[in-house]
Amino acid sequence: MAQATLPPEVLDDAKARRYSADAAGLGRLRAGAFVAPALALISLFLVFPALWVLYLGLSNYRLTGAAAAAPQLVGFDNFVKALTDPEFWNSTWLTFEFVLGSAVIGQVVLGFLLAWIMRDRTGPLKRIVEGLVILAWILPSAVVSFLWVALLDRDDGTLNTLLHSQDFAPLLDHPMLSIIIFNIWRGAAFSMMLYGAALGNVPPSHLESARLAGASGWQQLRDVVFPHIRGHVLTNLLLISLWTFNDFTPFLLTAGGPDGKTEVLAVHVYQVALQGGELGYGAAVSTVILLINLVVAVFYLRLLRSKK
Amino acid sequence: MTRFVLHRIGFYVLIAVLLAFFTVPLLWLASAPFTSDPTYKVRLPDFTSENFRAILDNPYALGSLWNSVLLAAGTAVLVVVFAALAAYALSRVHLPGRDALLYTLLLLSSIITGTAAMVPLFQLAVELHLIDSQLGLILIMTGGLLPAAIFMMKDFMDSTPKSYEESARVFGASPLQIVRHVVVPLVRPGLATIAVWAVANVWGNFLMPYLLLSDVDKQPAAVIMYTLYTEGGQANIKLLATFGLLYSVPVVLMYLFVSKKYGFRFHGGIKR
Repeated sequence: MAQATLPPEVLDDAKARRYSADAAGLGRLRAGAFVAPALALISLFLVFPALWVLYLGLSNYRLTGAAAAAPQLVGFDNFVKALTDPEFWNSTWLTFEFVLGSAVIGQVVLGFLLAWIMRDRTGPLKRIVEGLVILAWILPSAVVSFLWVALLDRDDGTLNTLLHSQDFAPLLDHPMLSIIIFNIWRGAAFSMMLYGAALGNVPPSHLESARLAGASGWQQLRDVVFPHIRGHVLTNLLLISLWTFNDFTPFLLTAGGPDGKTEVLAVHVYQVALQGGELGYGAAVSTVILLINLVVAVFYLRLLRSKK
Repeated sequence: MTRFVLHRIGFYVLIAVLLAFFTVPLLWLASAPFTSDPTYKVRLPDFTSENFRAILDNPYALGSLWNSVLLAAGTAVLVVVFAALAAYALSRVHLPGRDALLYTLLLLSSIITGTAAMVPLFQLAVELHLIDSQLGLILIMTGGLLPAAIFMMKDFMDSTPKSYEESARVFGASPLQIVRHVVVPLVRPGLATIAVWAVANVWGNFLMPYLLLSDVDKQPAAVIMYTLYTEGGQANIKLLATFGLLYSVPVVLMYLFVSKKYGFRFHGGIKR
């Protein structure tokens, strides 16, 4: 009855709005059917594993043996074992070094540097530099990691040739530094492109007035450019931190060795769960990884929101 | 004046150092496949075709490239179709809890893809008899890529005008017909973007096929590349160099094609 008392134009208006939003006349039922296949695959292969990993972490499930047939719940034993295991802490520390060195510092600084020096350029030099940086990013990881094995080889590696050194084996002597530099090389393109787009949003007039006021290059960066691109910097940090944290590519370069010196958490899970067969323990480590990822994501999203 | 000259010199030195850093690791891939008896040393190639003949004789090399094509194409098709349908429905009809759902899924997918879900995905594949099944791998990778794809696709759907759909509906077209004949042509650039993104993702993915496919005949190029490197303790450099090049060429071509046609860059940054 309420509807009948509404003036006709209001009714028409409401109807028209609904009509234009759902222009094809889909209706909720058919809309649900359109979403269903995607949702089914996501639930089965993304949501379910995420929940399952929580359960597995509490069990003593193994790849083979008695515990494979009848796994039992063991409570927080796996977590206690992880938190008292020096190898786990070693991996966590290495992952921290890897993310901080290669993503938060390396890719951000190099990516910004590339975007900054190329910002007002056009022509072949810009195309060549950007093309090469992007090439490092789009080549398959199995190929680039082998290219770096060749580059850093002890006997014939190009690095040894360039340095006129002999028997210098970075992958054995400085394994962590090697994979950090490798990952900077590999991932700088994303930051470069993101900052390139961000710098395009900085009004040239602001830079001009800062220059006229006698601001140095560094002051211009800090007081004019950075406030404009703060959101981009945080988005970029969030994405590359999570990507680097979960990156499995170091495995292709060093397989976690020598002596676990490059066994970042992603590789550590693979080693204990699928090489060692301790699926339950591996799942507990995965849960810890998920939690750390969540903390990182929430931390950046908070910072991002605090600007408004 | 001297300051200006020094500035210029500094700039070009910096460019030269950066160029060297990004070029030197790639040199080997450009020279070794064309050099007879290649080692890890970068040498001037003598343009032999012998290495390519050797790769043709390898029983797994060409087959694995074909497997990569199958996996990439299969995943891209499923991702594009399912993401387009879901994004269209989510863009036009306000289903309850839509935005919260989208953000949760996006966060979940960026967090769980790959390593953290390694154990449960492996187990799930065992239970569902999807180990050594290329279709299973395609479904699993589709599930992982869909949230981000729906997210990107919804942006495209939101920005298309609705008047065409209204007129099509007035003429009695069914919703599926409207999607096929009206919406799809309008969002074609978006579909292409998602397809390329999905192909690039699957083409380079090493971990998932390495976990889930143990039959050499079904493994994609990423896994075979690694096998050639570790097999028998001694890397077969001749095969590796040539195979690495063959495996890389398709993504490079795809990148060149896309950057020429659509411009491969971000416009104004990423929206979350």
